Amino acid sequence: MLKQTEGSKAVAEAVALCRPEVICAYPISPQTHIVEALGEMVKAGELTPCEFINVESEFAAMSVAIGSSAAGARSYTATASQGLLFMAEAVYNASGLGLPIVMTVANRAIGAPINIWNDHSDSLSQRDSGWMQLFAETNQEALDLHIQAFRLAEELSLPVMVCMDGFILTHAFERVDMPSQEQVDAYLPPFVPRQVLDPAEPVSIGAMVGPEAFMEVKYLAHAKQMQALELIPKLASEFKQQFGRDSGGLVRTYRTEGADTIIIAMGSVLGTIKDTVDEMRDAGHKIGVLGIISYRPFPLQQVKEALVGCKRFVVLEKSLAVGMGGILATDVRMAVTGTGLKGFTAIAGLGGRPIPKASLHKLFLEAEKEALPPVSFVDLEWDAVNKQLAREKTTRRSGPAAENIMHDMGIVSAKFG
Amino acid sequence: MFEVRVHGRGGQGVVTAAEMLSVAAFEEGRHAQAFPSFGSERTGAPVVAFCRIADKEIRLREPIMQPDAVIIQDPTLLHQINVFAGLKPGGYVLLNSRHSFEKLGLAELVKAGQAERFCTLPATELGLKHVGRPIPNVPLLAGFAALSGTIKLESVILAINEKFSGKVAEGNIAAATEAYQLVKASMKELANA
Repeated sequence: MLKQTEGSKAVAEAVALCRPEVICAYPISPQTHIVEALGEMVKAGELTPCEFINVESEFAAMSVAIGSSAAGARSYTATASQGLLFMAEAVYNASGLGLPIVMTVANRAIGAPINIWNDHSDSLSQRDSGWMQLFAETNQEALDLHIQAFRLAEELSLPVMVCMDGFILTHAFERVDMPSQEQVDAYLPPFVPRQVLDPAEPVSIGAMVGPEAFMEVKYLAHAKQMQALELIPKLASEFKQQFGRDSGGLVRTYRTEGADTIIIAMGSVLGTIKDTVDEMRDAGHKIGVLGIISYRPFPLQQVKEALVGCKRFVVLEKSLAVGMGGILATDVRMAVTGTGLKGFTAIAGLGGRPIPKASLHKLFLEAEKEALPPVSFVDLEWDAVNKQLAREKTTRRSGPAAENIMHDMGIVSAKFG
Repeated sequence: MFEVRVHGRGGQGVVTAAEMLSVAAFEEGRHAQAFPSFGSERTGAPVVAFCRIADKEIRLREPIMQPDAVIIQDPTLLHQINVFAGLKPGGYVLLNSRHSFEKLGLAELVKAGQAERFCTLPATELGLKHVGRPIPNVPLLAGFAALSGTIKLESVILAINEKFSGKVAEGNIAAATEAYQLVKASMKELANA
């Protein structure tokens, strides 16, 4: 059914349609409306049987999800930003133990400086945690990916993060097509665990593993993610059969036919990129887009196939590996090893900095001319940066960088309005 | 694509206004995207929310920098921020005030634009009268429907019924209906002047 609703609410409804049996969440910032709405549904008796567990921290949220999943319950939680970091130890445990938990990450920046706005630093910081990570472009895709995520997780017995841009998607009201309970039931069968804590058939989950077997267990996790490279497209194609729309998969191309320049990105910024590319295509530029939906597992082969016909590519990413450059870009470059393709990394939108079409237009024109440095920073205020660098050169006690930069830019305090 | 920016203060239902506008447009079968200026909302602090309306899927995710219309829920903002920043030539301005633009010292602004697309509306008073609360957002939405013709009053009423129920919904519908008539009347007056 078509409806106009908030991204968080849409995801909450979709998660409810997946019949989770345990939802645990720490209900203060940086939490979203998703678990709030789910909490209301459980309390009103609309989502049953389901237990909503209000925990004392994000660490506890993931720990409870581990326990409930090991006991055979379909388990869900959501977090973002600092909350994800606080649960990090348990995040690794969930995947290491092979528990098919689904978690929404409403992507937000990580401090310091304190910042509540969107970028991809949080889930990318858990890149090597063993969780699969799927990135949604729209609220429709966000809700669709949750339905697919439970199947993916439970088939492989590995946890999945569904990543959606904090605020930009979670707080946006837009049109979504909400599936019916019957449709979701037909697509997502009840959870049949591959391992379960059962007094009738005792097993141990989480025993110590020494050097003689640790590598084998870790390798199996890798092997499962490699299996996911085949399973994810299959689930997307079954999803299309059941629900009648394209959602999910590994990668998605847009106007890449005959493109000399291809722009690569993840998440909601793909929409603005597509609008920019449409305008440039109309003006005769040979430019296209490659959206990456599955960040983990990373589809090296599909990325290579999508790029092989172009002359150059730009990875536009909302994340920064300090001391290195791009995070997504590193993976993309790995995918094109040996092809001789020229790649550029553009860091954009950190800490919620808007990524306007005008800035993208300028960036893409420079990329076409190959006039970009290997790593560039979209809309960076160089004057403020250079002033602080100069200050640090001449003054030993140069003071806190964040305060100095805000002062130099004439910013009194973080702008909310 | 038609882009609307709503200015107000925390507690005045600014974000709700943009969301309801998107629901009203959706009820007419159109695509709409509403989103707040992301941040911690605090009572009394300036708040901005946005709404895009189009006949096809809206993919753009940048803030609205060149709006086709601005709705100003709190006239005291005029002294604090440039609520008209980037307003397109020939754009619509709906301002919550009992006073005219001339009285508020904004005669030049009206002269620079199209006079028939400027309107003030005593929306706080309408909220107080019909809902018992000084929340101007719903009357302004109905006023915007009258001024711009972008959405119908009936769609605003559908959005009200989706958001509220019982007495609150009834009060808001009464406030919306009176606001719509007031704006239509002042438009007629201007046309006859």
